[in-house]
Amino acid sequence: MKPPLAIVENLTKRFAPAAPPALDALSFTISAAQVTGVVGPDGAGKTTLMRLLAGLLAPSEGHATVCGYDTIKDALGLHHAIGYMPQRFGLYEDLTVLENLTLYADLRGVVGKARDESFERLLAFTDLARFTGRLAGRLSGGMKQKLGLACAMLRSPRLLLLDEPSVGVDPISRRELWRMVNELTADGVGVVWTTAYLDEAENCAEVLVMNNGKLLFQGDPKAMTESIEHRAFLVRGVAGERRTLLTRALARPEIIDGVIQGEAVRLVMAEGAKEPVPSDLMGFSGPLTPSPSPAGGEGSSAAAVERASPSPLAGEGTGVRGPAAAFFPEIAIVPAKPRFEDAFVALLGGQPKRTQAFEVPARPANGGGDAVEATGLTKVFGDFTAADHISFRIKRGEIFGLLGPNGAGKSTTFKMMCGLLRPTAGTAHVDGYDLYSAPAIARGRLGYMAQKFSLYGDLSVQDNLQFFGGVYGLTGARKRDAIGRVIAAFDLEPHLKTQAAELPLGFKQRLALSCAILHNPPVLFLDEPTSGVDPLTRREFWGFINAMTGSGITVMVTTHFMDEAEYCDRVALIYRGKSIAIGTPDELQASVKSAALPAPTLEDAFIALIEAQEQREAA
Amino acid sequence: MTQPLQPAAIPDPREGRLRRIKALARKETLQTLRDPSSLIVAIVLPMLLLFLYGYGVSFDVTTVRIGLVIENPTPWTDEFKQSLSNTRYFDVRVSPSRQAFLADLAAARLEGIVVISGDFSQRLGRADTAPVQIVTDGSDPNTAALVTGYVQGAWQSWLSQRLLSAGAPPVGLVVPVPRVWFNPELESRRFLVPGSIALILMMIGSLLTALVVSREWERGTIEALLATPASVPEFLISKVVPNFALGCVAMAVSVAFAIFVFDVPLRGSALMLIAVTAAFLLVALSIGLLISTVAHTQFVASQIAMLASFLPGLFFSNFIFEVASMPAPLRAFSLLVPARYFVSALQTVFLAGDIAAVLVPNILILLLMSAAVLALTARNSRMRLD
Repeated sequence: MKPPLAIVENLTKRFAPAAPPALDALSFTISAAQVTGVVGPDGAGKTTLMRLLAGLLAPSEGHATVCGYDTIKDALGLHHAIGYMPQRFGLYEDLTVLENLTLYADLRGVVGKARDESFERLLAFTDLARFTGRLAGRLSGGMKQKLGLACAMLRSPRLLLLDEPSVGVDPISRRELWRMVNELTADGVGVVWTTAYLDEAENCAEVLVMNNGKLLFQGDPKAMTESIEHRAFLVRGVAGERRTLLTRALARPEIIDGVIQGEAVRLVMAEGAKEPVPSDLMGFSGPLTPSPSPAGGEGSSAAAVERASPSPLAGEGTGVRGPAAAFFPEIAIVPAKPRFEDAFVALLGGQPKRTQAFEVPARPANGGGDAVEATGLTKVFGDFTAADHISFRIKRGEIFGLLGPNGAGKSTTFKMMCGLLRPTAGTAHVDGYDLYSAPAIARGRLGYMAQKFSLYGDLSVQDNLQFFGGVYGLTGARKRDAIGRVIAAFDLEPHLKTQAAELPLGFKQRLALSCAILHNPPVLFLDEPTSGVDPLTRREFWGFINAMTGSGITVMVTTHFMDEAEYCDRVALIYRGKSIAIGTPDELQASVKSAALPAPTLEDAFIALIEAQEQREAA
Repeated sequence: MTQPLQPAAIPDPREGRLRRIKALARKETLQTLRDPSSLIVAIVLPMLLLFLYGYGVSFDVTTVRIGLVIENPTPWTDEFKQSLSNTRYFDVRVSPSRQAFLADLAAARLEGIVVISGDFSQRLGRADTAPVQIVTDGSDPNTAALVTGYVQGAWQSWLSQRLLSAGAPPVGLVVPVPRVWFNPELESRRFLVPGSIALILMMIGSLLTALVVSREWERGTIEALLATPASVPEFLISKVVPNFALGCVAMAVSVAFAIFVFDVPLRGSALMLIAVTAAFLLVALSIGLLISTVAHTQFVASQIAMLASFLPGLFFSNFIFEVASMPAPLRAFSLLVPARYFVSALQTVFLAGDIAAVLVPNILILLLMSAAVLALTARNSRMRLD
């Protein structure tokens, strides 16, 4: 067996003597010629670990030997041997692509003929040859990331450290990046890749799962996924009520995780728990829907359950009969292939559960029309059409997603929908009010949560709420009531005096959401709400959103992140300013199903639809 | 099994050093040329500040508005009045009673009142002491002192004229003949402009380097840079070189402004001016680097740069405030303020010439200071993030 590229022993890092360590006594090795994924929620210590491996931080205890060099004593040798791409790529935005490459080539001693060869290879590899004269700051997120990678790879490093290379990068660029990294490992380079996106961990040969500075698991991600074999299930046939069902399911102690997956609900059971049965999920507290046909006889109910349980694991749980099946003749619980994310959430102890009910009253709707209507929205900047006749309608209580790669026109469309940008042509209505002829009223009907939360970091939670309440024109008792309501709904009480900047990410998100709904809007707009957020925080956030749609709020969300799209009832796929497909996630997946792609994921659908569009445009 | 990998030999840190410095300096230059803010700091800021200091700050009072009280007009008092109003310094109003002027003095419509009492001519005729009262506004002591001085000067010259015209040779009378060298007209602008150039350069120099390094922290580029084989001295040198050039541009702009707009003579040689400037710029730039070792955002860096360079420069450089009249601890502190040496050197080069006895020690002290600050910077900055 080849010696490992890096040996880490008892590595501990404290930033303040009193605080809990950012990294707590980590010991592991990293092998050459493979991708080692470092996976964990936000704040787990992934970046700190990368900086320690790159010799940019000194360990408080323990040590790391990378490529044979002690990371502190032999930092110079180490820096000759590794490539490192920090989270923000480390590019000089006011330098061109070629100037950035030249700088790092000079710094890494790649000169003369070796440089020409290296540039040629990397520019071809990253497909940046056409853009060598462009300023790095003008590149798209995906291109920046590729350039960052090229700069880190100039002198074929023995170990390549990539810190969250896929944050803010669309799925197409992400696939290209993985292709590039896999070529490197084939040449024997060791790659360490940190990520909060769990679907990426499945691509790694080995993963280090971290939480709160501790190493929870090291090994083959498949082994981790297998650890929850037979514990993942999909509940189908509950499309209209899947959110209610999910809420019910999560209330049960034996169900440790649950997410919406298209029209189905995905559940993960606790270790040793029995297979879920429909009656458990319905509860017996009453019908979920106005009871459709209570007249269904014993026979038809049994038939439904027969159909519902084609499980190879069929055991004592499948023979359930009872009133539940009658309300959901279509319900079916089937075992699902476990995903890494399921195992990850299980390893972290399951999804955080709420104990009290979540109450957000919705404001009565204005008329019976659709909650949001966009008709032929077009925005032209100079000779560039950022949005080209985009139309959609969002029904009341629906979660609607604007999905698309970076720079596709999502944000432009979104800004027009918020009344922040005036369209060149087209109209937009929110809750029946025209955003351009009655902007003040229309904006008063919508709540908006910006990508970076737009909170005042120096103000306390209480002050932020007071401020946003005032901004929305709430005064006196109405303001007090509104603030009291969100404090109770989002459990903000213990943090009221904390400065917003000091809040843990999950609470920042809750606070931003609280501020956006203080004025009780019937429509809520979310801009990339959980991009780069770890799975636990993301589940918690969508739990709130689900609860709100239950009380009739309509939600529009922009995202380039497939997991978020899965939570949507319908999505519009935006590409190069046009809406190229619109439908439920399941419909989009079905539309690209083919012999080559028998079970497309939403990401597959996304990529296939974009490629088809490109072919159409080229033709 | 976990035998460590055999490392390749540790490379010689000196290998490729020049190439790395050149690459970093080139990067710095490109960034500066593309980022208008550095150019604004180097070119527009000095012009703006010089304009303010050159025109805005002046210790000269050109027209002093005087109320002349003549209680009892005689030919002699008329003559005295003439001698006051004939100079370009006074704007004289006359009244028989001081009551007329009191309100104007209080409202600062007059800088002073000169009272010639009713028995003035009588006493003068008796060759007795003939007092002239000068009332000034003590809330502005500088102007008050100037007015007193001007009036006394006018009085003196009237007196000697009177003796001459009376045909009486001033026998036995000691007449001081003042000669002011280097700035014969005692125009304050001539020493204020070189002083303000020193202050401007101090500020610009420390601001430039403090900003460019903290920008790397702010934008996260330092992280990628630190993971390359570049070392601390290479990084520091590459920051100093292009900004040194930029500092020289700022100096050239300031000097041109001083000579052509403010008519400040340059009596020393250009070579000496360059030598003094170079020594001082090194100090200012290294102070900026030292600031950037603690300030990792541009906002904090610029705040510290202002506090650490501008304020001490303003108070302890002899630019406006006389260090010699300060208490001993402050005088001792002023020895640490680099602007003090540059103010003295610049005033010498501009107004006096290449006076080696003043300039050489100043240059040496400045060089010593920059060496000390650079050493401190190198010691405080590690190629790590913590």
